[in-house]
Amino acid sequence: MVTIALLYPELLGTYGDGGNARVLARRAIARGIATTIISVGTDNPLPDADIYLLGGGEDGPQRFACEALRRSDFTDRVAAGATVLAVCAGLQILGTSFCVEGNDAYAGLGVVDAVTERGPQRAVGDLRVSVAGRALIGFENHGGRTTLGSTAPLGVVEFGVGNDGVVDGFRHHNVFATYAHGPVLAINPWFADELLITALGVTLAPLHTMADELYAERCRAIVPR
Amino acid sequence: MARSAVLFVNRLSRAMRRGEGTVAGGRVGLRIDPQLLRHLSAGRLLVAVSGTNGKTTTAALLRAAIGGEVGGNVTGANMPAGHVAALASASTTRFVLEVDEAWLPHVISSSAPRVVCLLNLSRDQLDRASEVRQLAQRWRMMATEAPTTAFVANASDPLIVDALTTATNVTWISVPSSWHADSLSCPRCTAPLDFGERWQCSCGLVEPVASWRIDPEGAISTNGRDIALSLSLPGLFNRVNAAFALAACQLLGIAVDEAAARLSQIEAVQGRYGLRRFGARQVRLLLAKNPAGVAALLDEAGTPSSEVWVAINAQVADGKDPSWLYDAPFERLAGRDVTCLGERRLDLATRLEVDGIASRVVDDVAYLDNAGPLVTIIANYTAFQSWMRETTTW
Repeated sequence: MVTIALLYPELLGTYGDGGNARVLARRAIARGIATTIISVGTDNPLPDADIYLLGGGEDGPQRFACEALRRSDFTDRVAAGATVLAVCAGLQILGTSFCVEGNDAYAGLGVVDAVTERGPQRAVGDLRVSVAGRALIGFENHGGRTTLGSTAPLGVVEFGVGNDGVVDGFRHHNVFATYAHGPVLAINPWFADELLITALGVTLAPLHTMADELYAERCRAIVPR
Repeated sequence: MARSAVLFVNRLSRAMRRGEGTVAGGRVGLRIDPQLLRHLSAGRLLVAVSGTNGKTTTAALLRAAIGGEVGGNVTGANMPAGHVAALASASTTRFVLEVDEAWLPHVISSSAPRVVCLLNLSRDQLDRASEVRQLAQRWRMMATEAPTTAFVANASDPLIVDALTTATNVTWISVPSSWHADSLSCPRCTAPLDFGERWQCSCGLVEPVASWRIDPEGAISTNGRDIALSLSLPGLFNRVNAAFALAACQLLGIAVDEAAARLSQIEAVQGRYGLRRFGARQVRLLLAKNPAGVAALLDEAGTPSSEVWVAINAQVADGKDPSWLYDAPFERLAGRDVTCLGERRLDLATRLEVDGIASRVVDDVAYLDNAGPLVTIIANYTAFQSWMRETTTW
């Protein structure tokens, strides 16, 4: 049994982020694991879930989502080992501070030691990150430049910008964060399985889907610089 | 001088087969005279049409509804170079221009249109255009700087209503819409909106009272009076587009019932909606470039037993990020016979698979069955253009 909580889709869902919850569910169901997806609104308390998903969003909604999370017990759940995928705006919210609506800095949740400032120009385009030897493929579209303190990055940027042109995202306890927005789990089936394995502590049988062909094609199309 | 340069370069461009010859000349003209749009607009009656979806169709309906000779950027080149080219190449005094959303503030300040139609705002090509809320913010400034402009605007779209807070001359149209995904949170205060009979927010932003209304069955009325309209174009969304055209006509002093009769005769717009020929096969070609567009079209995509071919590219004109496929309600294709085409056919097939929909992936149109019964083709921008080349008029 796996429960997936999609956090604040009305605020953080600019780039098809809801697709990630459906991908996790399908891949779990295909392995005989019963699945529940819960969409969580800002007025609701956080449900008990195995995986929490935080998507991308525009500036105003990003700040609103951050305040809703601050009122919740989200950081306690992370400290207790909850598995989280945070993408783009979701990534920025988990840091100590981020900039939206110009250069004003807002306090993040401080889950990780990461500061996001306004970059010289928006990073828009394909993103390829090497995560422990495996390619993570996606598309990024953000104005932030994120500097990590003691937190480890998710991987090394091979094409695109990510946090700062060198590394992308972060990995902290069971929190995975990346600038590869939208349906990143649909394009990278291995990454979807890694989240399930982390959350459930099980091994998963191989699963062959159309996504394997898409992933192979994208890996050929976006080669390391 | 600048005007003749526009005409010369456009003729050259067409002669060299470098496109439809509507942009290159405009660019040269604007280089010579940056005020060219202002100069070419002077003394003319202009109507501007902008919004994420329905610009080209609404502009075509409006030209027909006005009647007589009406100019326009009919090929859909909707930035100033295209406007300048269209205005330079025709002597007619009445013009309907479709305008790219990001360029609308510039076009309004340069050309002072008599009426501006604001259809809707939703996510579209987010890799290159501003994000939709930033765009709404620029429209807000635009409305403040042009307080007397006559707008015909969508009362059901919170982003547009908030953008027109300071406008004093607005004809509101209430539109049946299932697409709220870009305005679930209030554009003014970001709190979640309450979508009841009328949408509203705790901060006070509320759906304005509309003088035009389209009900969910497509019936159009203004101030309680029903407007008879037998539209040839399919779909509820085209009845909405038609209502915008009729409301604009009313502001221009044109008899609405006569305008309705004229626009009902339009059967296809730039190849869209009409029946076309693919080998021996009849196809209906539909353009959908973003989630809201797909949502509107899937309701019209033929009978449940008929085939659907969906062609997706991700070139610059399409937006290079196909993430939007996950925001579009493709799950409504469940149970249909679906074929994935275009450069990003694997992205589409993966997207469908996520909702448990099996599809056929075809790498080349040469492998498609060009006999068989009517098929509906849904394509995004450049994929649509290549399907226009693959097919001929029926």
